[in-house]
Amino acid sequence: MYDGWKVIIGIIIFIGIATFPILYDTGKASVPPPEPKIDTPEIQKMVDKKCIESKSFMKTEHMVMLNDWRDSVVRDGNRLYIATNGKEYAMSLQNTCMKCHSNKKKFCDECHNYVAVKPYCWDCHIEPKEDET
Amino acid sequence: MLETALKGSRKYWVWIFFLLAVIGAGFISYLYQFRVGLGVTGMSRDVSWGLYIGQFTFLVGVAASGVMVVLPYYLHNYKAFGRITVLGEFLAIAAVIMCMLFIFVDMGQPLRVLNVILHPSPNSVMFFDMLVLSVYLFLNILVGWTVLGAERKGLPAPSWVKPFIIISIAWAPSIHTVTAFLYAGLPGRHLWLTAIMAARFLASAFSGGPSLLLILALIVRKYTKFDPGKEAIQALSKIITYFMITNVFFLGLEFFTAFYSGIPGHAEPLKYLYTGIEGHGKLVPVMWTSTILAVIALFLLVPPKFRKNERLLVVACIATFLSLWIEKGFGLIVGGFVPNPFERITEYWPTLPETLITLAVWAIGFLVLTILYKIAVSIKEEAVFDKYGQRQVK
Amino acid sequence: MSIDRRQFLKIAGASALLGLGGLSTSHLLLRNSLEAAQGLTDPSVITDPKALVAKRWGMVVDMSKFKTEEDYKRVMDACHHIHNVPTIGNPKEEIKWIWKETYEHAFPGQEDKFLSEEIKHLPFLVLCNHCENPPCVRVCPTKATFKRKSDGIVMMDMHRCIGCRFCMAGCPYGARSFNYRDPRPFIDKEKENLEFPTRMKGVVEKCTFCYERLAVGLKPACVEASKGALIFGDLEDTNSEVRRVLSTRYSFRRKPELGTHPSVYYLIG
Repeated sequence: MYDGWKVIIGIIIFIGIATFPILYDTGKASVPPPEPKIDTPEIQKMVDKKCIESKSFMKTEHMVMLNDWRDSVVRDGNRLYIATNGKEYAMSLQNTCMKCHSNKKKFCDECHNYVAVKPYCWDCHIEPKEDET
Repeated sequence: MLETALKGSRKYWVWIFFLLAVIGAGFISYLYQFRVGLGVTGMSRDVSWGLYIGQFTFLVGVAASGVMVVLPYYLHNYKAFGRITVLGEFLAIAAVIMCMLFIFVDMGQPLRVLNVILHPSPNSVMFFDMLVLSVYLFLNILVGWTVLGAERKGLPAPSWVKPFIIISIAWAPSIHTVTAFLYAGLPGRHLWLTAIMAARFLASAFSGGPSLLLILALIVRKYTKFDPGKEAIQALSKIITYFMITNVFFLGLEFFTAFYSGIPGHAEPLKYLYTGIEGHGKLVPVMWTSTILAVIALFLLVPPKFRKNERLLVVACIATFLSLWIEKGFGLIVGGFVPNPFERITEYWPTLPETLITLAVWAIGFLVLTILYKIAVSIKEEAVFDKYGQRQVK
Repeated sequence: MSIDRRQFLKIAGASALLGLGGLSTSHLLLRNSLEAAQGLTDPSVITDPKALVAKRWGMVVDMSKFKTEEDYKRVMDACHHIHNVPTIGNPKEEIKWIWKETYEHAFPGQEDKFLSEEIKHLPFLVLCNHCENPPCVRVCPTKATFKRKSDGIVMMDMHRCIGCRFCMAGCPYGARSFNYRDPRPFIDKEKENLEFPTRMKGVVEKCTFCYERLAVGLKPACVEASKGALIFGDLEDTNSEVRRVLSTRYSFRRKPELGTHPSVYYLIG
């Protein structure tokens, strides 16, 4: 191999950089799984404590659903959503979702921080005011 | 072939590191702009396009100018250009990359740039501009690389490259026409609402681009064993001369329509640019510099005695390039926004971060150009000089 | 078998492309078949029955009803407050959806030395004209600004806007503003409307004829605050108030020679 030592040292450096995220966290306590809290005052007041769709649906599909809502309200001019439970809701992150889930830091951010995604919804859609408890 | 760019003299590496330093400074400026927003530039609600889009506009012309050497060689067998077609194509590649970078740094939401592809809008000239520029970049990379690769092996270029070359010849004027259409179709901007916008763009492209190419060819001759050839240089200089005359003529046409008709819409922006209005005259010295440079350029280009003198020719090319760079890369764009739709005046001047970012994009362009030229020259040195001992093309 | 660097790179590149292409295709196909397999009935989406509808919304600005400074301020503030329009404080980066302009500047090309002094100094209310043939929509490369087929409103989709500002260059009326920086620090927190989003830096914004209010059966905020000075209605409905007013009084629009067919009309006296 020409320049053999250079190549081997290069490979070692590459492996070091590529596995850095894993090596950095060895020995550290594992991050606990996210626990989004649904005990906001608004949800406590509800008789039937259900979201507009099932938990499993929301877990996997809320991103796509919000995108569909966005296109429907802004581009098509339709703002009412008939959920699978037959009830009518206004399609609005700020005025529907966040009215019940008024604790962005303990709900939305829990999972988003865990998987390190930064949805930019709240750059524009105003977050509900939270107490710093 | 890329490995030839990694071997170079001390001067070569000093140049590369200088470019990298400029790029670094501009990159940090861009991070600042990305964090704070385009408010760090001199653009405003009234002048919503500035230096970035101006430079983009000018560079599309430089990119299109590759056709000026490719067309005579491939369509009319003008052998003298045979050595420099690849220099023209590589200049086009560097210019198109700069164009795309200028668009990117000008966007308010650059991370959403793919929306232009995800939501195609054939009604928008900008959509077409993105398409034609991307295809042109691809064409030049494909053709330049293949022809050069064939030369390296000492073989003629493969025959399948010919149709792509023909397409690229037709494509080059189209990229600049489409860019002109960005401006010429807007009903509210009277400086731009002229039928000859595309013609003006082409005239300045085919004089500005080849003048840069000529200077680059002379630099290549000075620093390497590769000589583009006296005839090629002289042919280029004639092209530059005639298109520069056309460009100045077209500008004169604009002035005539604006001022003889007496309709204020077209005349007010020209007045702002060349005399100032109501005490607002930031761009006046800039535009007159462009005019004086154009006069110097034509004075040195038109008489054959001056044109044949290569020292004067260099001065003429620098003057041409700078004159057009000011006129198309700054004056035309800013002038379109002044006065605003309410006939009020908001002036524009680039800020420091804006300037650093602009310089960085130019440095990236020059870096790409240096690397590509280094490759081209290394291969041509071997294929032409070392093989045949040729220096001058007769 | 010996292989040279070029061949290796070609094979690696082709494999990467095939691999990525194959992965994304299989993912797409799998997802579609999964959804069908679960037998979920699609939730549906409907228009609010309360919504105000029209074939083409238009507005008539009756300048004779604007008498005091307060008349203007009430209208402009109504719009800017409910839409969280920031007060940037410098004309370079200001954002405005509805504002005042003098006659000469709102209607350039109509300058007249001998025009009545009253009209020369009368501030006209200007806003997006929601043109029938909008140049801004024509030039938008992503359709972030688009004309609603249902009612002709020239809309803004803030989610899609890439901030290229081509629409700002295209608008002959200077109706559009760009967020040159984050607008949130410039919004009065006391008066913030928590039911409407703000915008972020890097997108263009303008009047949208209060589409969010029309959707729940309310007239635009400026119209409501104008005490009858702004008349809003369906230009295609011969029985609407706007059509009645336009048929009985002389009206004019901004820069009609450009072929944009604005939907905002002006009445004086």
